Amino acid sequence: MFADLGGAQFLMTSTILEMRDITKTFPGVKALSNVNLRVEEGEIHAVVGENGAGKSTLMKVLSGVYASGTYDGAIVYRGEECHFKGIHDSEHKGIVIIHQELALVPMLSIAENIFLGNEHARYGVIDWNANETRTSALLKKVGLKEDPKTLITNIGVGKQQLVEIAKALSKEVKLLILDEPTASLSERDSQALLDLLLEFKRQGITSILISHKLNEVNRVADKVTIIRDGRTIETLTKQDISEDRIITSMVGRSLDDRYPPREPKIGEVVLQVKNWSVYHPIHAERQVIKGIDINVRKGEVVGIAGLMGAGRTEFAMSLFGRSYGRRISGEVLLKGKPIDVSSVSKAVEQGIAYVTEDRKTYGLNLIDHIKHNITLANLGGVSRHSVIDDLRELAVANEYKAKTNIRSSSVYQMTGNLSGGNQQKVVLSKWLFANPEVLILDEPTRGIDVGAKYEIYTIIARLASEGKAIIVISSEMPELLGITDRIYVMNEGRIVGEMAASDASQEKIMRAIVRGEGKAS
Amino acid sequence: MSTESAPAPKTGVAEDVDQRPRVAVSALVTNLREYGLILALIAIMVFFQFTTSGTLFKPVNLSNLVQQNSFIIVMALGMLLVIVSGHIDLSVGSVAGFIGALAAMMMVIWPLGPLSNPLVVSIICLIVGGAIGAAQGYWIAYHRIPSFIVTLAGMLIFRGICQALLGGGSSVGPLPDGFKALSSGFIPDVIGSLTLIPPVVNAAGKTIVGSGLTLHMTTIVIGLIAVLAYAYFGLRARRSRERHGYEAEPFTLFVVKTLVTSALALFLVYQFATYRGLPIVLMVMGVLIALFVFVTKRMTIGRRIYAMGGNAKAAQLSGIKTERLTLMVFINMGVLSALGGLIIAARLGQAVPAAGLGSELDVIAAVFIGGASAMGGVGQVIGAVVGGFIMGVMNNGMSIMGVNVDWQQVVKGLVLLGAVVFDVYNKNKG
Repeated sequence: MFADLGGAQFLMTSTILEMRDITKTFPGVKALSNVNLRVEEGEIHAVVGENGAGKSTLMKVLSGVYASGTYDGAIVYRGEECHFKGIHDSEHKGIVIIHQELALVPMLSIAENIFLGNEHARYGVIDWNANETRTSALLKKVGLKEDPKTLITNIGVGKQQLVEIAKALSKEVKLLILDEPTASLSERDSQALLDLLLEFKRQGITSILISHKLNEVNRVADKVTIIRDGRTIETLTKQDISEDRIITSMVGRSLDDRYPPREPKIGEVVLQVKNWSVYHPIHAERQVIKGIDINVRKGEVVGIAGLMGAGRTEFAMSLFGRSYGRRISGEVLLKGKPIDVSSVSKAVEQGIAYVTEDRKTYGLNLIDHIKHNITLANLGGVSRHSVIDDLRELAVANEYKAKTNIRSSSVYQMTGNLSGGNQQKVVLSKWLFANPEVLILDEPTRGIDVGAKYEIYTIIARLASEGKAIIVISSEMPELLGITDRIYVMNEGRIVGEMAASDASQEKIMRAIVRGEGKAS
Repeated sequence: MSTESAPAPKTGVAEDVDQRPRVAVSALVTNLREYGLILALIAIMVFFQFTTSGTLFKPVNLSNLVQQNSFIIVMALGMLLVIVSGHIDLSVGSVAGFIGALAAMMMVIWPLGPLSNPLVVSIICLIVGGAIGAAQGYWIAYHRIPSFIVTLAGMLIFRGICQALLGGGSSVGPLPDGFKALSSGFIPDVIGSLTLIPPVVNAAGKTIVGSGLTLHMTTIVIGLIAVLAYAYFGLRARRSRERHGYEAEPFTLFVVKTLVTSALALFLVYQFATYRGLPIVLMVMGVLIALFVFVTKRMTIGRRIYAMGGNAKAAQLSGIKTERLTLMVFINMGVLSALGGLIIAARLGQAVPAAGLGSELDVIAAVFIGGASAMGGVGQVIGAVVGGFIMGVMNNGMSIMGVNVDWQQVVKGLVLLGAVVFDVYNKNKG
């Protein structure tokens, strides 16, 4: 049946890329085994799978990061078998990959970045006018209204992503590969990016989209290939694509419930923040947080919804030992008594913990192992007279490794080598060991796969049932609706809405944001 | 619950291969890296033992070697913490020179009365060193001025003050004998010496080579106690791990490691005992090394320094006061630079304007040869000490061989590059 279909399609469209029986082995681990991927000209082909399933490895094979000869199998691109020795070879053929972590130089301008290493120059002297004219044209194509001379550091992540795409276009791209392009984008920027992909499709550019966000895949992809354990599970065509089907294939079982069930037992108010105001650390006159009042009760999970840039992270970090901002004013009460949270150590002492949204930059010491990371926020708990009890520390680390289900060979594994989900569990363990009363979780499931998300939700539910007060900041509205009891909506530094999760909906939250925007202007 | 099956895919790939041999192999690789450096030191020592026709291990030369290089190792202890915390200190050589000059002025020139007592002067000098460290650390920690720049300024400033203090190009001395003992003294033999072979005097009134072997018994006893303590604590830690159900390193490896280390230590102690015993400066160094190993491995402040060097922002958000910690690291460096300066002055018997000149580079090289990372967060005290000894043995061995000072520098540079390349290569492979 499949051969039939393939034959029929061959008449209408041509296959731009075929990866046949790709097998890639690392010392001790088979990352890919006999993976097959077939991409037709002009389609958007999504590749999905859990973290560690082998998606990125596959793309590195394709783009030549892993040189031909280090893997088995064949890559046939536009009818010829290719042996890429490096990323330059594949780019030369029009295959451009945009990585999750953007590769732009922050202190150079948009134009300089787009033509980096590829400048319009004569005898090594750069023709800036030509570069900037070309840049303007490219920026128009991706719908970015910025001066080519603007420095990368001065534009947001969403726009930086567009610059990366413009850079790809400058290389006459025929096959564009996007690795988790919307992972750090707001809802609105994500939508714009997806629209751009559809526009490219009309222009005949083929895209491979790697994503965790199934609703996005659902929206734009013509085909979906699911990879699990380094193997191709199946390729779905448009009419068969559904979130449930994808999830079933990804995790190898049906996830009938994406959120663990829980029965909230809500007690007295634990944390109360009154009239909290914060000014920008550099632009001193700009008020980032404008008089916020919130409270959290014992055993309650409270969500903070909002768009990117609403000030949610800034609010949380300013609360946590003034880690963000200047001229901070307002009052924090723990169980009705005012407390001093003017430094991180004081906040931790009072029982407040903040789990950062950016675990690699703010959460972990990536060059140290799990054990040392877990005990870092509470070294007093494993030491006496400032001398660390090694065995107690080991016991603690193993206990939390088991509690949060961190998957690693031992607690002596470097956190830098763990998958995103396991890294997140290490950060969570660190703060659980600090034994806080109030736990602020900032985007706790960003960039981690479905299975690990469920585990994080389970941990949150268990903590709530143990009587902790929990604040969850998230840009994924279904997640907030699924795991919280009450939701605050934040926009432009203000709380613009508060609702019980039971009668909240994505529409209600969006409406609160839009109404709040009107108020703020 | 349904979570049970969810995670399976992630580990599924890895589970295809048995994990056990990999753990064993990785343990061996880490051990090799740890001991590789010590093996390199031994190899270098054996090499020079041959090329210098046995002079290297002569008791007199061993004492010389220790006395010439102890200040590098003392300062390397502080530098290790500076580099682990992600900084650098270029001023240590100048600070050492300045402190040497200050000490000499206080003891010899200025009429300070009872305050010119060597012990009082030494304590004041250590305090001044700490203050210098604090002054530099303040700008680095609280104003976030790059340590490279602050300490480059310090390097110029304190070399200048050192020269000005000594009044141009002149040297100040001689320093009192009590002070010189810090570098050139030996521990007193409180137990008394043991004569193994009585000296035989020939007709010319000289002792015949091979006779007259007396042992400094206090040295022997200290050596034995140290080795026994080392073996005892190693064994106890091992037992305790096993009792709590944790894997310890393979028993054979432990025994071999303990035996080799003990044998080496006892051999060196014996050599010292046949001469004048343990140099005082070696005792000072030994105590400091033990202290810094303990601080970095077992104390919370050590752990916090590594965490800060690994990821300063994450450390700060874990409640670590990174500014204060940085300041303390530089104060520590200042005190150890001062001690280094006192040791240099004590060895020379006078303060000279060029004392410690360029030694910051030897100190930094020792730390990097010892496996520390220029990015911060990585490095071991023992590594820095062994790195310091590697530099010292090469200096000493090449001098005895009569290698030109210019070429000595070339060789040292190549060794530094080689050691770091080897380390980086190892890390990329693992």
